[in-house]
Amino acid sequence: MSISRRKFLGWVGAAGVGTVVARSAHASGNKHFEGYPGSFGVLHDMTRCVGCRSCEAACNHVNSLPAPEQPFTDLSVLMQERRTTEKSFTVVNKYSVASRQTPLFRKIQCNHCLEPACASACFVKAFQKTSTGAVIYDPSVCVGCRYCMIACPFEIPAYEYNEALSPRVMKCTLCYPRISQGQLPGCVEACPMEALTFGKREDLIETARERIRQFPGRYVDHIYGETEMGGTSWLYLSGVPFSQVGMREDLGVTPAPELTFGALSVVPIVAGLWPVLLTGIYAISKRKEIIFQQELEAVKKAAQSRSKEEI
Amino acid sequence: MSATTSRGSQTWFTPFNVITSAIIIVGLVITFLRFTKGLGAVTHLSHDNPWGLWISFDLLVGVALAAGGYVTSAAVYLFGLRKYHSAVRPAVLTGFLGYALVVFALHYDVGRPWRLPYPFIMQQGTTSLLFEVAACVALYLTVLFLEFVPAALEWLGLKRVRDLITRLTLALTILGVVLSTLHQSSLGALFLIAPSKLHPLWYSPYLPVYFFVSSIIAGLSMVIFESTLSHHYFADKMDQTHLDEKEGVTLGFGKAASLVLAGYFFIKLMGVAGGDNWRLLGTSYGLWFLVEMIGFIALPAFLYAVGVRNKDLPLIKWTALWTIIGIVLNRLTVGLIAFNWQLPPSRRYFPHWMEIAISIFIVTVGIVVFKFIVTRMPIFYEHPEYKDAH
Repeated sequence: MSISRRKFLGWVGAAGVGTVVARSAHASGNKHFEGYPGSFGVLHDMTRCVGCRSCEAACNHVNSLPAPEQPFTDLSVLMQERRTTEKSFTVVNKYSVASRQTPLFRKIQCNHCLEPACASACFVKAFQKTSTGAVIYDPSVCVGCRYCMIACPFEIPAYEYNEALSPRVMKCTLCYPRISQGQLPGCVEACPMEALTFGKREDLIETARERIRQFPGRYVDHIYGETEMGGTSWLYLSGVPFSQVGMREDLGVTPAPELTFGALSVVPIVAGLWPVLLTGIYAISKRKEIIFQQELEAVKKAAQSRSKEEI
Repeated sequence: MSATTSRGSQTWFTPFNVITSAIIIVGLVITFLRFTKGLGAVTHLSHDNPWGLWISFDLLVGVALAAGGYVTSAAVYLFGLRKYHSAVRPAVLTGFLGYALVVFALHYDVGRPWRLPYPFIMQQGTTSLLFEVAACVALYLTVLFLEFVPAALEWLGLKRVRDLITRLTLALTILGVVLSTLHQSSLGALFLIAPSKLHPLWYSPYLPVYFFVSSIIAGLSMVIFESTLSHHYFADKMDQTHLDEKEGVTLGFGKAASLVLAGYFFIKLMGVAGGDNWRLLGTSYGLWFLVEMIGFIALPAFLYAVGVRNKDLPLIKWTALWTIIGIVLNRLTVGLIAFNWQLPPSRRYFPHWMEIAISIFIVTVGIVVFKFIVTRMPIFYEHPEYKDAH
């Protein structure tokens, strides 16, 4: 081999520095990420939503998605509970709640988590939480493993299952191209009831608190998304407990990356410690063998000398 | 002359050849569909169920059942259990083929398989457990290849390269155990990110430990099971050493499996205690959990122990098969049955027949390649020129 010792050590050193410098772990210690300061979000006030599907139509238009089978003016689709798909980044569902005479409507789309599960789970960093608040996706590196879909606690990312060779993961972008140019997201702009409010997340939380304070009878005293899964850029106000409008209340406040931090932090320790342990075990078993051989020799010699003496 | 030809064609039409050819033809047709019409045409995967049989069976089960390679080589080369030496080559070959097939199967499941190296060459998603799985599987496949390749080199008569590589045995074995510890556990850790989707009886912070410990059980049981099958079909290929050591391997590995199963039973119990999930044992999922705990962990631990004490080889062999079924069920449970347990039945997943066909196709390819190799290369016997050389 033509590799010199110095060269080899150099490589090893470089590899070591590479792993240390490449990324510092965020989940360790008492650091707490509360989202990019001044990042945007949307407040969805379900008590104002009338289920007109204007947001769905606008979303379809600004994202140039294929036309739906039934037009957006057809409200009969509300009879069935729907979820986001590769052709619709947002859907509105109707919930009839026993305690109320009129039904409630909830809009679903990507919640743009402050620390997104999809971004944490992606092994090729196709997802990125931008400083605007939007979680965006880069199809040019996506392998199509769909681990993001497993990871997402809100069951948002959809997949182009019918694309043979270039399937993408599809989801709401918070209209990243539009908000970067100072425009409103398509759905917010289209809402005729002001059920959607776009703004800085910290301002939206203030707005939501204010509404709860002013109309305590109208709202449940909780802003969904303020702390769920570590917080999301989309925030929700409801007049009934959130579980009654199909939202999970058991997600907890732990951001997704912290769920896997422990398992990941074991990796360098195993890589460092196992070779030491295993080499030790090897050395012990080897030594036992050598001692056994030596004793065997000794016994043989003793037996030989004894037999010689007897002769 | 004509008699020999007709006999030749008769021997080709063995049940084995006919069945494997049929499976392979069906597999190729579905492969064509998969890469022309997309996953939607051949699977029941959905937005709610992005991972189906190909992940749960081909990846999770495949990797667990291929654990025999690192378990056996660690026992022989690191723990000094030289009397099991003849088990190393078959186990390493099974491991190598197992991992190769896992990677092969992933080409069907991921959307753009030619991008599988992207996590290494484009952008490293180091916060993802899947990155760790990918890195370790890629490296370990290389390690297994290097561990297997001396057999091929002996067959080809390339003595010098072969001698060079066998000098790496110790380093490769240690690296193999490190990599296996990491990715066997990481396959369980993949699900740590989804506590809201996996049933609490299976979701546990110890999930990576469960996957690692049960991979040892799978590896030990697979060596016993596979040696039984091989002895049945390839006895003529085995040398005297292999035949002499076989009984010892079965007894020794059975004993180890019994111990590890007992330990596995208790750490699984600690998971239930740790999550305070006792009351869930009374539910239908709890019943399934108890079936696994009692039927596929406690029972085989006991049967292995009885088999070893009474030197009852058939009992140990049947227990090995039973244990393997248990591991398969465990991986299918984590990946499919207990995953998305809160969704209504209409949104749950059941595999398309073509998904099942592809999984069978991949296992069949493995068996055909295994047969090709063991009937040619020194796997069950020591090459006469290299006696006692390794």
